[in-house]
Amino acid sequence: MTRLEPPVLELEAVRAAYGPYRALFGVSFSVDRGAAVALLGPNGAGKSTVARVASGLVRVSSGSVRVDGRDVTGEPAWRIARAGLAHVPEGRGVFDSLSVEENLVLSFRRRAGRGEVSTSLERAYERFPALGQRRHDRAGALSGGQQRLLSLAKVLVAPPKVLIADELSLGLAPSVIDDVYAGLADARRSGTALVVVEQQIDRALALASSAVVLDRGAVVYFGPAQGARAVAEEVVARRHRVEEDAATQVGPGARPPAGREGRT
Amino acid sequence: MEQLLGFAVPGIPYGCAYAVFAVGLVLTYQTTGVFNFGYGAQAYASAFVFAWLVENHAWPTWAAFLCSVVILGPGLGLVFDRFLFRRIPSTNTTARVVTGLSLLVGIPALLPVIFGNGNLVGAPSIVFNPDTVYFHLGSDVPVNGIYLSAVLFAVVMLVVLVLLLRTTSLGLEMRAGVESRRLLELEGVNAPRVTATAWALCGLMAGLAGVLLAPTEVTVQAQDYVTLMVAAIAAAACAALRSMSVAAVVAVLIGVVSLTAQGYLPTSSFWYSAVLPAFPFLVLVGALLLVPGLRRLDEAKDPLSSVDPPPPPPSSRLRGREIDWIVRTGFWVLLFAFVGSMLTWMPPSWETVLNQGMAYSVIFLSVTLLTGTAGQLSLAQATLAGIAAFTAGQLARHVGLDFLAGAVLGALAASVVAAVLAVASLRLRGLGLALMTLAAALLFDVAIFPAQAVSGGTGGITLSSSWLPLDLFAPDGHAYFLLALLVLVVCAGGVALVQRGTVGRFLAAMRGSELGAAGVGVNLPWQRVLAFALSGALAGVGGALLAIQQTVIAPGEFNYQLSLAFVVIVLTTGVGTVEGAIQAGIGLVVVEQLLQYAPQRLQGLTFVLFALGALTYAAHPEGIVELEKRRWTERAERVLAHRHRSPATSSVGPS
Repeated sequence: MTRLEPPVLELEAVRAAYGPYRALFGVSFSVDRGAAVALLGPNGAGKSTVARVASGLVRVSSGSVRVDGRDVTGEPAWRIARAGLAHVPEGRGVFDSLSVEENLVLSFRRRAGRGEVSTSLERAYERFPALGQRRHDRAGALSGGQQRLLSLAKVLVAPPKVLIADELSLGLAPSVIDDVYAGLADARRSGTALVVVEQQIDRALALASSAVVLDRGAVVYFGPAQGARAVAEEVVARRHRVEEDAATQVGPGARPPAGREGRT
Repeated sequence: MEQLLGFAVPGIPYGCAYAVFAVGLVLTYQTTGVFNFGYGAQAYASAFVFAWLVENHAWPTWAAFLCSVVILGPGLGLVFDRFLFRRIPSTNTTARVVTGLSLLVGIPALLPVIFGNGNLVGAPSIVFNPDTVYFHLGSDVPVNGIYLSAVLFAVVMLVVLVLLLRTTSLGLEMRAGVESRRLLELEGVNAPRVTATAWALCGLMAGLAGVLLAPTEVTVQAQDYVTLMVAAIAAAACAALRSMSVAAVVAVLIGVVSLTAQGYLPTSSFWYSAVLPAFPFLVLVGALLLVPGLRRLDEAKDPLSSVDPPPPPPSSRLRGREIDWIVRTGFWVLLFAFVGSMLTWMPPSWETVLNQGMAYSVIFLSVTLLTGTAGQLSLAQATLAGIAAFTAGQLARHVGLDFLAGAVLGALAASVVAAVLAVASLRLRGLGLALMTLAAALLFDVAIFPAQAVSGGTGGITLSSSWLPLDLFAPDGHAYFLLALLVLVVCAGGVALVQRGTVGRFLAAMRGSELGAAGVGVNLPWQRVLAFALSGALAGVGGALLAIQQTVIAPGEFNYQLSLAFVVIVLTTGVGTVEGAIQAGIGLVVVEQLLQYAPQRLQGLTFVLFALGALTYAAHPEGIVELEKRRWTERAERVLAHRHRSPATSSVGPS
């Protein structure tokens, strides 16, 4: 495929660490304009860290991150956000202590512009009626699903160039997950490239055109979505075998390997 | 009615002065997430510099105002943000409280060092002339310039700030940034700048408050600002640190009620002498017990806090066998060298100092147990030490009990008081607990320790040789040294045993996660009361030991400032280990003694040095001594590993 414009998000040989604990070992992949990429892998593979590195929450120790062709390596998260990258973090992505409306206003002032705040609010309440009913409640008082919808609503009204959604389905009822994924599909239709971090392989692959499979902080697969399932399932199964072996061994050697050596 | 007005109306400017500070505290908490114990100190700094420029250097008022309020105020706020609070993860309440405390302790001690100990006699007023009576309220209540500036300033400040926080986007971003700076950055907001702006704003408010209210007090003294701060803290607590308007109203009420009561109560009564000065503390305690919002203060957590790296392990866990052997042997060699020196060639002045350091070490062990092991912050440890000392003194005086036996009973009494304090604050944690213990310490300072029946007045109780063999202690410090050494070894061993035993594990579990500890069946309330009781007993033993060394038990030896300084000092050196407490105790007196050789002006620097040290606490919660130990251990391990080519220990990464 020939490409005239640069990928909207590109990671190149990214290494990252939390203090002394290293988490990523040379991760590279790219997301084309308007594409949807599923980021798969077992617990602790580094999926969330990849998301945080892309949005600038975790500093890159080596390698580079480019958003829309611009090198943003080492820039603070707010600059990367202004460059057009939106990151909905794992768990709670809203301000508990602010009201639903304040959450939206805070977001819309930056993304849609000051003049557009009230029309954006109307559109958000139209798209997510549940939020409109509870607009004056504290966001912390919403249910988990509603909070997830709120964090999507903040983003969807003025679609960013790329949206990273970290474990949006975690802990939600299936019907609510449908709502959330419908929101993601909306975003994609309006031209936003998606990076979907997900443990539910089926959900993610149904939406995505390509996929990245991570294991122990490194990319083991990057390619079309169809081929990802087998790799992802194999990685998870191997992780289970390692853990079972460790559990059946007795004595001080029973600790699983430390994670930086012995990967594929 | 006329009389009531006559008493109540003069209370309004006092109330407004309290309100200005209460609103400032709520503002700082709402916009930066920090309960700024140093707020009063900031105001004091501006007032001090203002008065110093005008009086000692004859600056025109406007220039002094520009320098002390417009530049120094926000400047201090920015410095606090840039070098201190920005580095503290929002989940670390203890670090925030301790950093605030070190400002409260450090700034007033630092100012005379910088500007000289000049006696500043009141600052000039900016807007209104303080002594001019502008008009009368009713028939004969005069309204002067102080009155007008306090009231006007409070009202204008409240209105402006409420509008700023509730209606502007900056206000919205500030409130959001308190909850999670990272989440705010993901919105594309320059969160560091928003926080810095908030600190500058709070600093400006503190500076304004200091300079505008300075003429209310006759002289510019740190003590005035502390009294003011207590009333302000009480008002802010009543508003659950959330509503500036509620805080302002409560503050005015405190002022009015205090002055009205002062007018009506007979001056000789118990109510006048003991209850009235304690009134703001009682309000604070009441708020802490009754306002439900205060129990949830630290609950709103940053959802992105897992981005911060986990804390490093303590040095003792990193030691290999070889280094462990060297350290242990070195410890015994040093101990014998120390005991030998103390008993032979140590000059008497230094022997006295080190003896005192050992008494402090025992008190500091109580901080190790309570804060280091159980994770509970108490700002009343000096008070507990005082309770034991006064109990022992009074028992000896009235019952003729031997002072050492009295010390044991005194430690028991301190333990009981600590347990009561723990029971009263069972539902509080973090900042709430810190405020509760601070209120208790202030209560004892103001209402109980000065009482004739407790301390025998400000002079204190002088130990007599009929209570314990003072002659034995008199010729040199040897006898006292051996007594202190015995007590210290017993207490340090006891704390170490508790830390390693079942109770220690329970307490450590509680420190790690209250929810998790409760989940595995730890009886949290009981463990907390137990930790407080044990810690109170230790503080009591240390207090009695200190009293023997000083031979006088004076209330000033056990005031709340010392409690604050104690916590700050121990956290600086290392709160997790027994060695940390002993290093803190010896360090405190050695630094103090060394400063005796320094110029007169620098002698107040002890607390400043430790406050500066505590500022490193933000980055290294394990304490600087512990940090250096870890670094040296790692260095030594590297050297050894290099020499033996032995496999290095590997660490396991987080999932």
